[in-house]
Amino acid sequence: MSSREIILGRIGRALGPVPDEPYEAAVDRGYADAHGDLTTGRTVDLLAENLADYRALVHRADHARLPEVLARLLAARGARTVLVPPGLPPNWLADSGAVPVPDRAGSTPAQLDRADSVVTGCAVAVAETGTIVLDGSPDQGRRRITLVPDHHICVVRVPGQVVSSVPRALRRLDPARPLTWISGPSATSDIELDRVEGVHGPRTLEVVLVEGAESPDRACAGTITRG
Amino acid sequence: MSRTSGGTFVGMPAFPMPAFPEAAREAVGDATLRANLRHATHTIRDKRARAVAELDDWERLREAGKQIKDHTLRHLGRYLEQLEEAVTAAGGTVHWAADADEANRIVTGLVEATGEREVVKVKSMATQEIGLNEALEAAGIRAYETDLAELIVQLGDDRPSHILVPAIHRNRAEIRDIFRSEMARWGRPAPEGLTDTPAELAEAARLHLREKFLRAKVGISGANFMVAETGTLVVVESEGNGRMCLTLPETLISVVGIEKTVPAWRDLEVFLQTLPRSSTAERMNPYTSTWTGTTDGDGPRAFHLVLLDNGRTDTLADEVGRQALRCIRCSACLNVCPVYERAGGHAYGSVYPGPIGAILNPQLRGTATALDASLPYASSLCGACYEVCPVAIDIPEVLVHLRERVVQGGEFTRHGAKVTLRPAGGHAAERAAMRAAGLVFARPGLLRAGQRLAARTRRAHPRKLPGPGRAWSATRDLPTVPEESFRDWWRRTRERTGRTDDREAGA
Repeated sequence: MSSREIILGRIGRALGPVPDEPYEAAVDRGYADAHGDLTTGRTVDLLAENLADYRALVHRADHARLPEVLARLLAARGARTVLVPPGLPPNWLADSGAVPVPDRAGSTPAQLDRADSVVTGCAVAVAETGTIVLDGSPDQGRRRITLVPDHHICVVRVPGQVVSSVPRALRRLDPARPLTWISGPSATSDIELDRVEGVHGPRTLEVVLVEGAESPDRACAGTITRG
Repeated sequence: MSRTSGGTFVGMPAFPMPAFPEAAREAVGDATLRANLRHATHTIRDKRARAVAELDDWERLREAGKQIKDHTLRHLGRYLEQLEEAVTAAGGTVHWAADADEANRIVTGLVEATGEREVVKVKSMATQEIGLNEALEAAGIRAYETDLAELIVQLGDDRPSHILVPAIHRNRAEIRDIFRSEMARWGRPAPEGLTDTPAELAEAARLHLREKFLRAKVGISGANFMVAETGTLVVVESEGNGRMCLTLPETLISVVGIEKTVPAWRDLEVFLQTLPRSSTAERMNPYTSTWTGTTDGDGPRAFHLVLLDNGRTDTLADEVGRQALRCIRCSACLNVCPVYERAGGHAYGSVYPGPIGAILNPQLRGTATALDASLPYASSLCGACYEVCPVAIDIPEVLVHLRERVVQGGEFTRHGAKVTLRPAGGHAAERAAMRAAGLVFARPGLLRAGQRLAARTRRAHPRKLPGPGRAWSATRDLPTVPEESFRDWWRRTRERTGRTDDREAGA
């Protein structure tokens, strides 16, 4: 008998006859879909507050000024090279003097480790928890490029990419894609249960909340989806 | 370098572990340890309360978490088969392991098949439970722990003492000393002039582990959740070592207890709210990774999921005790427990210490050892653990249930088979005393005579009980017997004052 059969057999004997209970009826979903009924603007503010509370550096810009802001942030960091996901809008880094490094399939972790910074978009941002979620779309790239460099700049299109709560974020995401939920820079509570920022992931996380239409064909939705 | 890991607990202790009271004695006498534990647990306790208070629907989330887990456990076979199918369809390979040895054999074989001699590991309770590092070492494979606290434990040749923060028993100065003396033996040495500020210690760990991450070809993880519907695994972490292990290697092996299954993607909306707030008292932990099988060009090319039983189905067979399988390993119960705070994690003789360990270990491992039979007593039944549990495990209820099992014996399941447990021998005196008490309380005349005899001889009573009662009175003061029993006092004073009024009042 295989271990699969052994384990499934043990489960069957442990439970005995179980009346079939539909999943939908098993759980009381009376918890909140979001906490508080915030306006769109207030939801974006809450995202900014919660990101900053966990030591992310938050900046605001409109699309016209985004290249200038990114250039300034990279220069302030002293970044000479910047990793670029394949689908990053080309104009975002138009003003930056840092050398763009495309992520190639064959790039080794050691090569990625030599890049000073990485700039990406995101899939969704969660206001209540101060979280940005990456799903590997072309403007975000493979998971490793936002992991190995020590400085990550993430651009969030507001308000279109912002949701208020975790339940709403999950509904927008595709579980088939590899997802990375990021809430502030890398941190640890392992020394005396006290939070310290900065271990293996990027020790500096900057989030640029960018408003307005970026170009006629890439304009994003103007309202926050409410469930 | 070959090191036997000091005292890592494997499923069943290889040498007899002392019962909890003996194991705790040393910790209770260690002032540094107690100060470390008190500082850490009190810091996190208050923060957790604040993080939970932010959500006005906390009780509903807690109840939903409980219901999701209970529903899953009631249909566990069906959901495991669904999970297997979804993981396989997404490019993963599923293995089933009935016990620790089988899981270790599977993982060792998978690593050997890659030709690699070292692996990087994300903190995983399941792999600690089965003693995977020791099994790999026996096969000549080096396992590097990459979680900061696990690194501290591994470098210090120590044992974990907390679910979330395995090195909670170490303070910053001790950690600095371990890094200074041990890092060089495992790879990159600690930086010159390392101080004990937490930021510098974290930096030292970053540098030490970086070279290992960047060259690793095999990663080993656990998982916080497995979604049956989609075949998605979830790892919740803080440092980024998880992301490193899940993303950079070519082969990923995840060893996960079968109870970590949830039915649907949507169910994560409950646990991704309750777990971080209960665990590190954060609105959200810094990093959560989810993956479904393999993804072309992004992350490992091969993914293996090892589904682990190792006593879980035995636990499932106990209708009261099975609620322990709802546990999402947040460690909130440890942080509020007065016994854990004083005794520390090592006394529990398991990777699962604290209140949850006191109900999980005797079920996963059985109550055959002195240690496991004593764990249900490692509690004052104050109930603080139940209050904070994000999946509402009634730990006191299970503790009392397991005490009953230890004292009275009876039928339970071990390795999938029904066995009858004999009453524990050590409790013979207690049972005799309870039987005697039962006889006396059923006979008021006998009780009265006994009380009067005790009152008349009160000055001659010893301070300690003789014979088998000695153990009981070793840690307790014997109650002094009053000159007059309550029943005699009642009779005397009622006869003097308005006895009839009492009657009318229904006394």
